[in-house]
Amino acid sequence: MTQYQLFSKNTRAIVFNLQVNAVQRMLDFDYVCRREKPSVAAIIDPNAKQGGNHKVFWGTREIIIPIYNTIAQATKRHPDADVLINFASFRSAYGTSMEGLREPTIKTVVIIAEGVPERRARELAAVARQNDKVIIGPATVGGILAGGFKIGNTGGTIENIIESKLHRTGSVGFVSKSGGMSNEAYNIIACNTDGLYEGIAIGGDAYPGSTLLDHLLRYEANPEVKMLACLGEVGGTEEYRIVEAIKEKKLTKPLVCWVTGTIASKMTGEVQFGHAGAKAGASNETAEAKNKALAEAGVIVPNSFDDYGLKLKETFEKLQAAGKIPERVLPDTPPIPADYNALKAKGQVRKGTNFICTITDDTGDEPLYCGIPMSKVVEHDMPLGELIGLLWFKKRLPAWGAQYVELVLRLTADHGPCVSGAHNTIVTARAGKDLMASVASGILTIGPRFGGAVSGAAKQFSEAMRKGQTPLEFVNHMKNVNVNIQGIGHKIKSASNPDVRVTLLKKFAIENFPKTPHLDFALEVEKITLTKRNNLILNVDGAIGILFLDLMASGGELFSEQEKAEIIEFGILDGLFMLGRTIGMVGHFFDQKRLRSGLYRHPMDDVLYDLPEPSELGYDW
Amino acid sequence: MAIRGIREYDGKKLMAQVLDRFATEPVGINPHYALVTPDTDLDKLPESEPWLKTTKLVVKPDMLFGKRGKNNLLKLNATWDEAAAWIRAKREETVTISGVAGPLTEFLVEPFTPHPEDKEYYVAMRSFRDEDVVYFSLKGGIYVEENWDQVKEIHLPVMVDGKLVDSKTVSFTGQLPVEGAEKALIENFVTALYRFYADQGFAYLEINPFTLADGRVVPLDLVAKMDDTASFEHLDTWGTTLTFPAGFGRTLNADEKKVKDLDAKTGASLKLTVLNPDGRIWPMVAGGGASVIFADTVADLGYMHELGMYGEYSGDPNEEFTYQYACVILDLMTRKHDPKGKALLIGGGIANFTDVAATFKGIIRALTQYADKLREGKVRIYVRRGGPNYKVGLENMRALGGKLELPIEVYGPETHMTNIVPMAIAALQ
Repeated sequence: MTQYQLFSKNTRAIVFNLQVNAVQRMLDFDYVCRREKPSVAAIIDPNAKQGGNHKVFWGTREIIIPIYNTIAQATKRHPDADVLINFASFRSAYGTSMEGLREPTIKTVVIIAEGVPERRARELAAVARQNDKVIIGPATVGGILAGGFKIGNTGGTIENIIESKLHRTGSVGFVSKSGGMSNEAYNIIACNTDGLYEGIAIGGDAYPGSTLLDHLLRYEANPEVKMLACLGEVGGTEEYRIVEAIKEKKLTKPLVCWVTGTIASKMTGEVQFGHAGAKAGASNETAEAKNKALAEAGVIVPNSFDDYGLKLKETFEKLQAAGKIPERVLPDTPPIPADYNALKAKGQVRKGTNFICTITDDTGDEPLYCGIPMSKVVEHDMPLGELIGLLWFKKRLPAWGAQYVELVLRLTADHGPCVSGAHNTIVTARAGKDLMASVASGILTIGPRFGGAVSGAAKQFSEAMRKGQTPLEFVNHMKNVNVNIQGIGHKIKSASNPDVRVTLLKKFAIENFPKTPHLDFALEVEKITLTKRNNLILNVDGAIGILFLDLMASGGELFSEQEKAEIIEFGILDGLFMLGRTIGMVGHFFDQKRLRSGLYRHPMDDVLYDLPEPSELGYDW
Repeated sequence: MAIRGIREYDGKKLMAQVLDRFATEPVGINPHYALVTPDTDLDKLPESEPWLKTTKLVVKPDMLFGKRGKNNLLKLNATWDEAAAWIRAKREETVTISGVAGPLTEFLVEPFTPHPEDKEYYVAMRSFRDEDVVYFSLKGGIYVEENWDQVKEIHLPVMVDGKLVDSKTVSFTGQLPVEGAEKALIENFVTALYRFYADQGFAYLEINPFTLADGRVVPLDLVAKMDDTASFEHLDTWGTTLTFPAGFGRTLNADEKKVKDLDAKTGASLKLTVLNPDGRIWPMVAGGGASVIFADTVADLGYMHELGMYGEYSGDPNEEFTYQYACVILDLMTRKHDPKGKALLIGGGIANFTDVAATFKGIIRALTQYADKLREGKVRIYVRRGGPNYKVGLENMRALGGKLELPIEVYGPETHMTNIVPMAIAALQ
């Protein structure tokens, strides 16, 4: 490329910061321009220590763009990329841009950030000049070589790009301070001339890295550019440099220019417009003074912005009449597939879902628990038991039901270090594993033999009552089919040494439940089993499960027959035991960590070793 | 975010606290300054600032305007009681500075330093694109301008011999036109001052004059502008106390304040400056660049006197904020009716990110709410906008005109951005 060309149809860029939308917009532009290679060679993500890949659309298919952690890594792997588009924040824009300027392969650094301190911007500008490099920005949207290369978000949506004919080349070289106005300017140029050749927004700061004049001089030198267009701004003296350049015949192509902010000097007091540089400190910095000076130097200056398009049109038509404008043919443009999210926003597309959720909705301002906003849960001090009712059963449990659930959680919270759940947690914690692994190892022991009798008892007793068996028939039936009655029997506790937890559960149910048919039935069963052995008492698992049947039975029409059956079948009652006991298992984990307990090794003298002889297995060695 | 003036109080305080970090020999600036604001209890102030009772004082308004001596707004050589009485009297006054009238609200109180007039020195620093310039003169005070040929200028480029200059190594020893006993003192001070200036985010600093008393530098009058974008680099020294007050007389009215409060609540930008409450042209324009151009065009076509406000909404404010912003403007423009009617310009260029249909929703809500008042006030509405989803937005606006029976004309990117300005002007004739 020659000196005056910053970009071509082969220019490739490195994008600093993972700017998903900007990168996709650049690739969509590339695609409609029928570029051979995507204009984004690499992305730098300072958070991705290991690098990685980013997926983007190239037309209808997806391609990947490599992600690097540092500018140095990216430039080393992609020496063909000579533009750094720096989306770093105002805090880190200085350091990263300086790094980019010092990379030999980088020729142009675009600084998007707004709010780069002016002293830093001046330093960047000086270093760029020293190293013969170009900075566009800070505080810019970037720029565009029509039909060739687009910086970041310049030009807006792909629809706008095509409407403003930015996907193919024209004759007008444009430069402005404002990035926000550049889409508008490109539209005006498209409406009044054969279109844009290249447009640059230098940024609204007081000390942009490259100036209006810098870019006008590039366009002057470029034979493809037939006329110049510029939008200046109140504040600063940059436009006088344009005047000087015209006087020195460094700028000879027709230039249509308007300096915005004529309103400023008509307002009393000091009003800072949107741009940092947009403030007239002296009378020669006003928009009027600058427009006047430009007009006097021979620049085509409209009477107001309202005539800007008209002046462009007149100027272009003169050039056209003089035969200076080449014939432009609109290229055949491949269609860009519509973006799913954009269509969805407009309500023009639909797609089936793969998941259904009926308990929580986190798509709004605050999560909904079964339709109830989290703030209401807090505001009304909703008991945990009621919340469990919502999320597990999708029911509003009556107050006594919610209390019952909490009572179960309290009673099952822990049962000492020796039961299998806590034991496994402790052994795992002592093996140096983390909280999740240790507690998971404990939870994994919950099942038919440990804690699982809650579900089991509920299943057996509800079935017996559904069949209309008497307690005696039930006991005999279980004996006949040789199945232990779940929820009956305890290793240590007995009729003479009752389990206090069972006593508490019974007391709560009798005092609070409207009726307790399942408990009554179970107590009759207990009477029979106690005649066989003193420890065949209703145990805590049984009491929990059976009382949960009573809870469901006492709630009127709250639970349908099918729901009751499903709750038992799906093992939701094991969930109560698991939830309660997790409290204890987490406790055991922390206890072991605090104690700095070392690796547990089971004592060998506690194991009976009894191995077969190899010969018993048929080995002769 | 830009270069903004700071109070003399903040400038001197910062100097007193930080300057010596940059000095070869301590400068030892007087640390005693007090800022009196409308909230200050003058009876209690000496409790926290006991020096007020033990020294003679200087009092002056500290509100980003100069020439306080000429305007008779300077109280010299006062006791605290005299100073407090003077402030009490001035607090009630409305003064006019450069054509802007306003109440006096903030005052700087500092120790009075008697000095001969020929011991008033001038130092100023200013930043340009490629260099900083330091100005120094032994003929300071009110005589500096008539003796400008005696001002020594020192140019400090950003880069020397291909390397960025480290401001901390800059020294003016032997470079200032000063001789004798004061030479070392002044060279030390100006050197430290420049390093301080360059390091601490200043863009302009003028101390005119400073004097020497008991072998110490005393800054008498200070004007400073700082780059507020540099605040993140100076949290340790600027702290949370350094403020960037609005210019004198720019007290916000209730509507402006409402918009400022809205602006503070959103990441987007909402701005309002009421220019003429009786004006008949009200631009509600999206985008910083476009909003200036719409206001320009109204003025350039000769209708500045009809321009009700300058404002902008940009940075993709959500529907609620757009609605509230629009309500402020609609309320303002329908308080008084004009027999010839008024014009509302819902303008903007081609947006880059902003979903036009979404922001228009907020505006449509506001227009619906104010429909009766808008009809009564004969308000004609002109819409021009482009950008993401603009077709839907414009269609909704068109439909609204029919629904509310309001004269709404709607244009897209095919119409030159500011064309609705001459249309509105023609309709108001």
